[in-house]
This record gives sequence, structure tokens and C-alpha cells, in this order.
Amino acid sequence: MKKDSARMRKVKSVMAKLPMMLTCAEFEAFVLDHLEGTLPKRQRLIFRMHLKVCRDCRSYLAAYERSVELGKAVFQDPESPVPGEVPEDLVKAILAAKQ
Amino acid sequence: MNSSVDTSQAIENQDLRDTALADAVREHGGAMLSVARRLLGNEEDARECVQEGYLRAFSKAESFEGRSSFRTWLHRIVVNTALGILRSRKRAPTQSIDDLLPEFDAEGCRIEPDWHFNEPLERMLERDDVRSLVRRSIDGLPDPYRTVLLLRDIEGFTTDEAAAMLETNTGAIKTRLHRARAALKKQLEPLWARGEL
Ligand SMILES: [Zn+2]
Repeated sequence: MKKDSARMRKVKSVMAKLPMMLTCAEFEAFVLDHLEGTLPKRQRLIFRMHLKVCRDCRSYLAAYERSVELGKAVFQDPESPVPGEVPEDLVKAILAAKQ
Repeated sequence: MNSSVDTSQAIENQDLRDTALADAVREHGGAMLSVARRLLGNEEDARECVQEGYLRAFSKAESFEGRSSFRTWLHRIVVNTALGILRSRKRAPTQSIDDLLPEFDAEGCRIEPDWHFNEPLERMLERDDVRSLVRRSIDGLPDPYRTVLLLRDIEGFTTDEAAAMLETNTGAIKTRLHRARAALKKQLEPLWARGEL
């Protein structure tokens, strides 16, 4: 199993030397632009080709996207103890500070 | 000549302004407190930040052009105030983010387990352990990365807006955002690696 993945990596490193092919490390630099939809056409093609042949990057990208979704969902939730409610003393403090 | 009228007019205007301010605090203050808490991490600083934000907003109310909603405008002022407070804080000993970044072998090949997501996102979000790990992981990121992640992913600012707020260029924002997300992913791995670890 372990040996298998080491061999796969070897195969991929050879493949990465072919034209239009990336190493995983090069792929990494495209991830953000891919998610923002700002990759130029050619890079988009190269990115997708790597994703097709590389299970590690597919796995990585899935976990990365899941993490972004989790972060957004957890933090965007109104998580204050009493959501939306303002302590009246803050109102008073602001009015007082204004004087 | 009309000084007593002027005075009562002035008092009336003052009262109106105070009422408007109090209303604005009651209407948006809760949301602004949440924003400040996320960025500053403690209640005391968050309250100070919101107070300062409202005072700034009302002192330059004439610069509000109505191009965005009042809330959007206030949000930006509160975030800028929070960033100012963060800058003025004594720097905590800087933790390194390097250990949380993706790993590659000498040939540039990724070293990554084969993740399986058996649980849908919605189900994960119902779990307290998930929510608290996400929270702790983001809170624990070094400030330059945490702030960019919050501004972009949570507060909804664009790369350009975040760059202006943090007085840096868009390239730096993108690099930091990507690293922050990758570091978050690294810390959340136990959530989907259960059974393998
Ligand atoms: Zn790869």
C-alpha cells in the first residue's frame, strides 16, 4: 500500500515533465485562482489535466474546499450569546462617549 | 439676537442625533459586535471597537454617500477599527504557519491521505466538536493569515478591499488567504480521518 503510493508518485513525477503537465507543487499555486474562477484558459486546462491524473490533489482539493465551507458556515452563523441583541449599556456608553 | 432659539434648536438637533445614534446601535450593534469579536477575540476589545466604530461613523456621517447601505458602510468602519486595534496590540510571539502547509516530496509530489467525506456538510455543522474545532483552528492562526481569512471568507470583502484595508498588495492577500485555508484544512483533517488515525 505504502509502496504503491510511492511508486505512483514516481510515475507522476515523470509525467510532470511532459508538456502541459504539472507537479503537485506547481498545481498548488493554481488552487486559489481555480476556486475564484480567475484561471486563464490555458492554465485551467492544465489544472484540470493534473486533477484527472492525480488522486492526491483531488483528495487535497476536496478537503480544502470542505474546510473553506466549514469555516464560512461556522463563523457566519450569528454566534453571539444572544444573536443580534445589543446590551443597553453599550448604547449608553456610546452616547456618553460622544459628549 | 435669536440666541435662545438657536440654543433650543441646537439642543433639539443634538437630541435628534443622539436618537439616531442610539437607534443605529440597537439595529446593527449586535452584528457589529459579532464582527469585532471574530477579529479581536475578546469581549472587552470588541465593545471598545464597536463604540469607537460608531463614533467614527457618526463623526464623518457626511462622508456616507449612500452608495452602499448604512450597514455596509458601518461594517467597513468597524472592521477598519478592529484592524487598527490589532495593529496596536503587542505582537504575540509569532507562531509559524509552515508546519500546517501542504507537504510535497523531493519531486514535487503531494503527500496526502485519500480522504473520504462520508458525512455531508450540513450534518458536520450540527456537531459541536466540529464547530469548536473550526473555531479554535481559525482563532489559532497567526494574525496576518487569520485576518485575511476573516476578511475574505467571512466578512465578504474582495481581494482588492482586503489589500487596501491591510495596506498591502493583492498578491500578498491571495498568498495569505491560500495559506490560511490550507492551514485550516490541515487542522481539520482529524474530522474526516477518524478511524484512520
Ligand atoms: Zn497532484
